Amino acid sequence: MGLLSRLEKLDRRWLYAILAALVIGPMVRPLYFPLEVSAPVRGFYDAIRQVPDGSTVLMACDYDPSTRPEMVPMTMTAMRQLFDKHCKVVVTVLWNGGPGIVDQTLRRVASEYPDKRYGVDWVNLGYKAGYEAVMVLMGQGIANAFPVDYGNHRTNDYVALPIMQNVRDYSSFPLLVSISAGYPGTKEWVQQVNSRFHIPMISGSTAVQAPEFYPYLQSGQIRGLLGGMAGAAEYEKLRNERGSATRGMDAQSLAHVFVALCILLGNLVQWRKRRGVAA
Amino acid sequence: MKREIPLFITAAIGLFMILSFFVPHQLVSVPADFLQQCAIIIVAFGYVLGGANVLRVNFDAIYKRQSGWPYKAVLVGALLVTVIIGITDGAGWQDPPTRSMWIYNNLYSPMQATMFSLLAFFIASAAFRAFRIRTLEAGLLAAAALLVMLGRVPIGNYFTQWLPHSLHLGTIQEWIMTIPQNAAKRAILMGAALGVMATGLRVILGIERSYLSGEE
Repeated sequence: MGLLSRLEKLDRRWLYAILAALVIGPMVRPLYFPLEVSAPVRGFYDAIRQVPDGSTVLMACDYDPSTRPEMVPMTMTAMRQLFDKHCKVVVTVLWNGGPGIVDQTLRRVASEYPDKRYGVDWVNLGYKAGYEAVMVLMGQGIANAFPVDYGNHRTNDYVALPIMQNVRDYSSFPLLVSISAGYPGTKEWVQQVNSRFHIPMISGSTAVQAPEFYPYLQSGQIRGLLGGMAGAAEYEKLRNERGSATRGMDAQSLAHVFVALCILLGNLVQWRKRRGVAA
Repeated sequence: MKREIPLFITAAIGLFMILSFFVPHQLVSVPADFLQQCAIIIVAFGYVLGGANVLRVNFDAIYKRQSGWPYKAVLVGALLVTVIIGITDGAGWQDPPTRSMWIYNNLYSPMQATMFSLLAFFIASAAFRAFRIRTLEAGLLAAAALLVMLGRVPIGNYFTQWLPHSLHLGTIQEWIMTIPQNAAKRAILMGAALGVMATGLRVILGIERSYLSGEE
């Protein structure tokens, strides 16, 4: 029996086993393929770099645990870059499964900066139901849309949350950082907020979503884009960090090569089969 | 009147919200703000309605012993246990030592991650068994898919770094994403935007009535 005949009858569990090995292997022993930084990622990095030091930035973290490997590394690196510039960060979540993972991520980064205090240097306003309606309402006043933060402090209590003293509406922010995994996310922030309130914006999204945002990138509505784990890894490279995205890229590289081989081999098998039938 | 009043409310509020986009005066912005608050409250009530609906549908299926009813029993049990624990945890339920956060960190989070991770295996299997190149269009799609898939990851550039920069897989995939993909995506976006505008106008003008008891 030839190789192609064997492949035709291949048990799919072999495919699963090979893929699992290709993903787990580089996690245990990284290969560190060289990364090349793309223009959209550099745009993301530069947009934060150009924000005046010490200003207050709005960060919309719209994801849940299902997209943790893609979203968490870019959230962490963006937060670090903002903290390094002494920026204050106001975080919102519009996904009902997201507040827990977002809060854990923010606290992890904040713990690396002993001088950064909750309520003074950053605040997590938590989750609010309402999708686009919340985005528009924030334009009338941030405290209007989020009367309390994630820890149930009133957002107009400037003793508990001094950071909110200088936060009124979108005009208080020189930049909106949208880290999103779907609806509502970057697309809705562009449509409802960027086009209406003219706040400069950058986006980090899942790899699946990223192609959808290229028109916004080209039109200048978003100034930079991190597409999936690859984007997060390139961003880490720009920041001289070696985080989980960089470590994950080897696994993703090998998995992509394997899927490409699956497409080619699958078609080769079918082509041979059709030729055999025709003959 | 049963239909005319909802149609009138829809038209009036729809036109008012369009007006609020262009007129920032307090006379318009304050009521618009109130309506936005109302929309958020209605969405929040939607969650209650959704929860009640899940219970009704699944209780019914369990009672009638429909196929897969044990899974539905697990679903209903998990839903009720999570809600009851959330209520008993009280206002500080989001603080890490609570049982609610234990459920979030040790059940919800890993299960969501598992569901998403399984996609990789399905994609590998589908790539081998279902992605058939039988026409020129399918061939072009496959070629673009392979170039983007390999160009998006560092290994693509690693194996083509001996070529001129314009022939690196990363450069080729960036060109595909920026030019042909972007053109197609922009056309889809414009088409969808026109569709949304047309549907919005039809609703405001009372031509589209499917939201009223399913009437066309």
